[in-house]
Amino acid sequence: MVKNRRKFILGTARAAGLVALGGLMWSAYVDEVTANKLILRPPGALKEEDFLSTCIKCGMCVEACPFDTLVLAKPGSNKPLGTPYFEPRKIPCYMCPDIPCVPVCPTGALDEKSVSTDGKLDINKSEMGVAIVDAKNCIAFWGIQCDACYRACPLMDEAIYLEYEKNERTGKHAFLKPIVDSDKCTGCGLCERACVTKDPAIIVLPREIALGKVGDHYIKGWDKEDEKRVKNAHADTTTTRLSEKSAVDNLNDMGGLLDD
Amino acid sequence: MTNFWKHYRFLVLRRFTQVGLMLLYVGGNIWGWNFIQGNLSSSSLFGIVPLSDPYAALQMFAAGAVMTSNLIIGALIITIFYMLVGGRAFCSWVCPVNIITDAANFIRQKAGFNEIQKKQPASRDLRYWILGLSLILSYILGVTAFEFISPISITHRAVIFGLGLGWAAMLVIFLFDLFILKNGWCGHLCPLGGFYSVAGKASLIRVDHIQENCTNCMKCKVVCPESQVLFMINKESIQVLDGECTNCGRCVEVCDDDALNFSIRKLAKERIKNENDK
Repeated sequence: MVKNRRKFILGTARAAGLVALGGLMWSAYVDEVTANKLILRPPGALKEEDFLSTCIKCGMCVEACPFDTLVLAKPGSNKPLGTPYFEPRKIPCYMCPDIPCVPVCPTGALDEKSVSTDGKLDINKSEMGVAIVDAKNCIAFWGIQCDACYRACPLMDEAIYLEYEKNERTGKHAFLKPIVDSDKCTGCGLCERACVTKDPAIIVLPREIALGKVGDHYIKGWDKEDEKRVKNAHADTTTTRLSEKSAVDNLNDMGGLLDD
Repeated sequence: MTNFWKHYRFLVLRRFTQVGLMLLYVGGNIWGWNFIQGNLSSSSLFGIVPLSDPYAALQMFAAGAVMTSNLIIGALIITIFYMLVGGRAFCSWVCPVNIITDAANFIRQKAGFNEIQKKQPASRDLRYWILGLSLILSYILGVTAFEFISPISITHRAVIFGLGLGWAAMLVIFLFDLFILKNGWCGHLCPLGGFYSVAGKASLIRVDHIQENCTNCMKCKVVCPESQVLFMINKESIQVLDGECTNCGRCVEVCDDDALNFSIRKLAKERIKNENDK
């Protein structure tokens, strides 16, 4: 009886130990593979965190994509396994007006509402990423006329516009610098695909990685709309204890540094 | 020939459904066939009927994802289907990993590994622990924990969407089953199999044993991947009601004495009742 009880307890403890060991390795692995935030998702994808819990990895979006833009992450591609993504330098998103990849999603990981205006699909609302220009390696910033990305952009003059500036080096030419408006850019990557340099000087990054965030400390005082942004701001007050010593003493106090 | 058919009919049919279903999925992806699209995690039948892996849906629920009605309906359809035909019918009739583990088991038997390593060093209940663990990890990590390591999905996606390093996962499963543990993956570890064992507990289609016909040749126990479910052989005329039975039909086809047959759960009950009445 006692022996049986011991056997049972030992058996249970052994199983629990195995499960704990397995669970540790398992969670470490899953944590690691889902940590890669440098990944471009299909249009209408939820926030990365929610996307990872909601995507069932069925590949329906991949099958729906007429350009083979979307692929599922395979073992060895160092992306969250089985989830859809695209690499614009290989195949960009061609921004189909009927967005075939989104309505087929069975789990809502690709959210139709986020790419619709007044109940109609609107690919221009998608936020797959945002294009970033490397001004040092962009030949347009050198003064060579290029505008490849500008012309490739499906939202030409909105998402990418050209800024003209006098070229002081030659004295008679103009820089035609491509500038991205991150409010308009969908992250389709047609610019990255079109870029003429060896490695693209304009690349698409996930918005959470590429874009800054002003926070509550600054607002555009001239813009009524911007005040809404800081509506819920709250002030943190910090107190700093004033030194009781005189300023001269304070400066001369080396904290015992010069003593032997 | 008829003898071959008699002894391998269910095996041939199972390979046919496994490979055929995969072919339909591949056709759905490459040639746009509208029969079944997606993969075993979630598919769309004829472009209308949603089908979803209920275990994946359960993990999503644990991970705190918002569940769409499409997903819930799909998972319910699959659950009800397997509740009828036997939960682990998925394992032996649909799952692509079954082909790999059966191959390993076949070599094991031919090479006589089973005689050398008679006692299995691991418990078949491990899968339920892993099932529970997967749900806990899904909850803690906020992602579908098993779906990120599932060799079932890796294999199935490898066939439909391209291999990548997926062959490594298949090889590991094969070697594990061949050298380390008999029926190691499907019979001990796989939480999806564990899930379907529970879901199919009350299924309608079950193997029935008729003790009077049994000659105690034990062929059925040798071929059975879950031989613990055949505890009644030559002891009692009852149905194989354990959810861990995969309804693969191997025992039925190797039996030369008509002591094992597929049956409907209720009818067999009536038969037993009738006999008792006599």
